[in-house]
Amino acid sequence: MHVLTRLSRHRSARIGGVCILIIVLMAIFAPVLAPEGYNDQNLIIRLRGPSAETPLGTDQLGRHMTSRIIWGARISLQIAFMATGIGLFVGGTLGLVAGYYGGGSDRLIMALMDVLLAFPGILLALAVVAILGPGLYNVMIAVGISGIPQFARLVRGSTLSIREKEFIEAQHAAGASDARILALHILPNIVGPIVVFATLRVGTSIMQAAGVSFLGLGAQPPLPDWGGMISQSRQLLRTAWWTGIFPGVAILLTVFGFNLMGDGLRDALDPRVRIAKKGTEAPRESAVTAD
Amino acid sequence: MFQYAMRKTVNAIPILLGVTILVFLLVHLTPGDPARLLAGPEAYEEDIAAIRERLGLNDPLHIQYWRFLNRAVRLDFGRSFRTNRPVMQDVSNRFPNTIQLAIVSIAWAVTAGVTIGIFAGVRPNSLGDSLSMGVALLGVSAPSFWKGLLFMLIFSYWLGWLPASGMGETLFSVDGMKRMIMPAITLGTGAAAVIARMTRSSMLEVLGQDYVRTARAKGLAERTVIYRHALRNALIPVITLVGLQVGFLLGGSVITEQVFAWPGIGTLVINGIFARDYPMVQAVILLIACIFVIVNLIVDLTYSLIDPRIRYN
Repeated sequence: MHVLTRLSRHRSARIGGVCILIIVLMAIFAPVLAPEGYNDQNLIIRLRGPSAETPLGTDQLGRHMTSRIIWGARISLQIAFMATGIGLFVGGTLGLVAGYYGGGSDRLIMALMDVLLAFPGILLALAVVAILGPGLYNVMIAVGISGIPQFARLVRGSTLSIREKEFIEAQHAAGASDARILALHILPNIVGPIVVFATLRVGTSIMQAAGVSFLGLGAQPPLPDWGGMISQSRQLLRTAWWTGIFPGVAILLTVFGFNLMGDGLRDALDPRVRIAKKGTEAPRESAVTAD
Repeated sequence: MFQYAMRKTVNAIPILLGVTILVFLLVHLTPGDPARLLAGPEAYEEDIAAIRERLGLNDPLHIQYWRFLNRAVRLDFGRSFRTNRPVMQDVSNRFPNTIQLAIVSIAWAVTAGVTIGIFAGVRPNSLGDSLSMGVALLGVSAPSFWKGLLFMLIFSYWLGWLPASGMGETLFSVDGMKRMIMPAITLGTGAAAVIARMTRSSMLEVLGQDYVRTARAKGLAERTVIYRHALRNALIPVITLVGLQVGFLLGGSVITEQVFAWPGIGTLVINGIFARDYPMVQAVILLIACIFVIVNLIVDLTYSLIDPRIRYN
């Protein structure tokens, strides 16, 4: 059965897909969907609760929470995709080199990755932000770096399992270059686990970036970063709970969506998992980690 | 076993050395001159030069690293740029608070995670399984600081049951326990969810094994089969996960402590980053990373004790 067909029959993947679709549409069509600009202030309506006029309420500067959350989708996805891309590209390349060539380069690269893995993800991101300073782009880099060792380990492991296969030996015998073997024969065969992990990693990146922003080290105001919005709401929690709760719901739904999609993709890409007709997936578990 | 333990311990040494190199480089990779930062914006060039000399910043990098390593081994990280007190004085005052929070959190995470995992694992694809795994996935997907604020809103501001922030005089008092509940649950919920998912999957695998079928065929009660035969084996991979989660909890405590104004080392590192107090940031990050490595080593050794096959692989 085709992967996409299997995916479309997977209940978790369907729910995750809907969550992701909503967030992506919000990010793309923010200028159309948002009732106001993310920094349009109107002090007359400051700290107004959820109502028909202001569905998710307003913040301390009278900005519509609905608009800020919709615009925030752009920032969160931007950070998450960039950070995942950095981790995937750098970690993936290092993993490929380590797994394919082995020997000294493998030992050196994996020793470095083991050192990076000795730092809990959020702490590594904070250490990088401590070096680079706060800001939107620095958070992308920081969260991206914290994903490098995981991608490297995954890609190395997958490459090792493929490297010794007969069809790779055949390519060597036919005189194919290393670059050709890596790009045309190894990479396509290890893309499955990478796609699954990258999907799960998007969710983790959103959480980590939100955490860094919550600590005041991420995207700076007035940018409508969800983590930053929750941070600014702390003093208002008692009187204006909506300023902190709704951005958190947005993070929750987005991460939930990517986690479900990651689970679904893993099952769809694994031919051993049978997906029943009615959409109840076989009992398997993912390695989603809390961060 | 001794050989295996030695090999694992020796393997951890280069990792720890690598960690010290990265933490040492934290100051040197940062743009700007630490001596100028310490001296303040209006200092004279001579003062800055004197500080640079005093801190040994004029020496070659490898000599500076060697000095840093020598001091780090003796837990001497110098004085805080911000308070001018010895860094370890603040760290040692706050560290027990973080450890206390981490221990209670992991206890909550293991209890809740294993219970939910067993519940879901013994009734796969049922409504209870779907609901509990759905809740677990939500637990993993919700950021800890948001969960903390949500708990604070409900249990402190709306219901008035628990104090919103701070730490009690001692954990072994009503006030101390009340103040511990929300931070510990906030910090441990993500880990609980991950443990629940792993326990469920491990239970499912074990329940399909021949020895479980044999136990059932012998006519043992289902309760005995689950708790005596299946659970003991199902928990083996969970142990590794719990070890990993201890490290993540220490990292995560940085955020949770900020939410609940918990006086631990997480608060120190954040204040340190804002004030560019590098000795403080270095000390805390190094401490957490070293604990992470050591906990992983202990987990590896425990795992090999429980499951001897590991040693021979």
